[in-house]
Amino acid sequence: MVFLIVIVAIAVWGIFAYNRLVSLRNQVDNSWRQIDVQLKRRHDLIPNLVEAVKGYMQFERDTLTQIVDARAKAVSAPDQASRMAAENQITTGLGKLMAVMENYPQLKSDENVLKLQEELTTTENQIAYARQAYNDVVLDLNTRIQSFPSNLIASNFGFKPAEYFKGAPEEQAVPKVDLSMTAPRA
Amino acid sequence: MAASNFRRLEATNRRETVLLVLVFMLLFGALGLGLDIAARDVAIVNGQLVGFPVLTIAALAFAGLQSTVSYFNGASLVLLSVHARELNPDTPKHQMVLDVINEMATAARMPVPKPYIIDDPSPNAFATGRDPAHSVVCVTQGLVDQMDREELQGVIGHEMSHVADYDIRTMMMIAVMVGGIAMLSDFVYRWMFWGGFGGRGRGGNNRDNQAAALIMVAVIVLAALAPIFSQLLAMAVSRQREYLADASSVEFTRNPRALLRALEHIAKIESPLKQGTAGTGHLFIVNPREGLRDDGEGFFANLFSTHPPLSKRIARLQALLGAPTLDASAQANT
Repeated sequence: MVFLIVIVAIAVWGIFAYNRLVSLRNQVDNSWRQIDVQLKRRHDLIPNLVEAVKGYMQFERDTLTQIVDARAKAVSAPDQASRMAAENQITTGLGKLMAVMENYPQLKSDENVLKLQEELTTTENQIAYARQAYNDVVLDLNTRIQSFPSNLIASNFGFKPAEYFKGAPEEQAVPKVDLSMTAPRA
Repeated sequence: MAASNFRRLEATNRRETVLLVLVFMLLFGALGLGLDIAARDVAIVNGQLVGFPVLTIAALAFAGLQSTVSYFNGASLVLLSVHARELNPDTPKHQMVLDVINEMATAARMPVPKPYIIDDPSPNAFATGRDPAHSVVCVTQGLVDQMDREELQGVIGHEMSHVADYDIRTMMMIAVMVGGIAMLSDFVYRWMFWGGFGGRGRGGNNRDNQAAALIMVAVIVLAALAPIFSQLLAMAVSRQREYLADASSVEFTRNPRALLRALEHIAKIESPLKQGTAGTGHLFIVNPREGLRDDGEGFFANLFSTHPPLSKRIARLQALLGAPTLDASAQANT
């Protein structure tokens, strides 16, 4: 009788542990898609932004073409690695663009530009937070896969640790930046 | 804070909400019984309760109904009582607030709460709702006007943390119940004095009448103390949660400076919120009532405040940041 109870208890625990792992794995997939959604949104924003500012910023042609080229590369990238490299180039390029936009006071009176700038700022933040959220779930999943006793279930049903999202090296060194013009400079 | 911490807090909140509803029902039942005895439709005969306790049942039904209504409609009631309206992207600054709410929802891995705004110049914010899928974040126009993007992220991050660990549900139930208890106790008080104590119960001997009188006295004392107890409960339950929400806000923004700057900003502002009532004060990020957000220490100051002193919250955030760099950045920002 006691033996039977122990067997049933272990089986029930196993079911819960398995379902938890499945739930975490789905969350990892979903978080990855959230990053994709935001990257796509950024791709859609770039042509509008470039169109809106290029009239004001003849002297920054290089920065603008760099962003447009990187976007084209990201859209047509053959594999995940080269795509992420291109996305990182976009991030760097946009960061530079936002910095030089400070030198063009006329931009601040253009409502369309300000609107695009807010959209870009929030998209950049969304990308950063989506990556952070993705890494948080990956941490949860990997911890569960590796720790006892859930690792017994994980190894038997083929759960594999997920890979962390690593940004561009220069990105990792710099904390999240507030790109909006209204913020006071620290 | 890892997801498992939020799940643990969520479990605590579920337990506390159930407990809260039970205590609420019990209180109503006890007060109903007192009314029954006062109305003399129930009497104590030879140590036994006779008669049909119709008012007890009515009080229990009312408490059950109010709990149900506040669970499903509490958010709308709270929003109504503070005169909030839906937030639309009608100005660039409102658009920014909507964007920040979206961003913090992503960071917290939560559904996006419905945004609301109160037309009040005092900077404040709160979150409410029964679960993350039915949550609401409400800001004041003052918060929108005075905070920059970084500060907004800190404040909204704090609110998202209340959403993520189901604080919003517990706090919402408390808000509605504190109101309900105040109402009931007022009602009992009037009834007792209007209905009078005089006259004898039907049948019964002297001992039974004494017992009835004793119960009535107990009910009167209960009716007098219930509003105070419910206030104390609201305060005790909410204070620790504010520290936790501050910590989780930093977890979401990965930037202690965001909330720190926001709280320091709010600490400098004196004007209280007009709509902040006693029933909803514990919902807000800082106590909306004047004189209650100051840095009172000691037992009574702690007992009667829904929020920890702002200076203590600021000090904890400074500890996360390392104090020396903070002074430099605070000066640069002014």
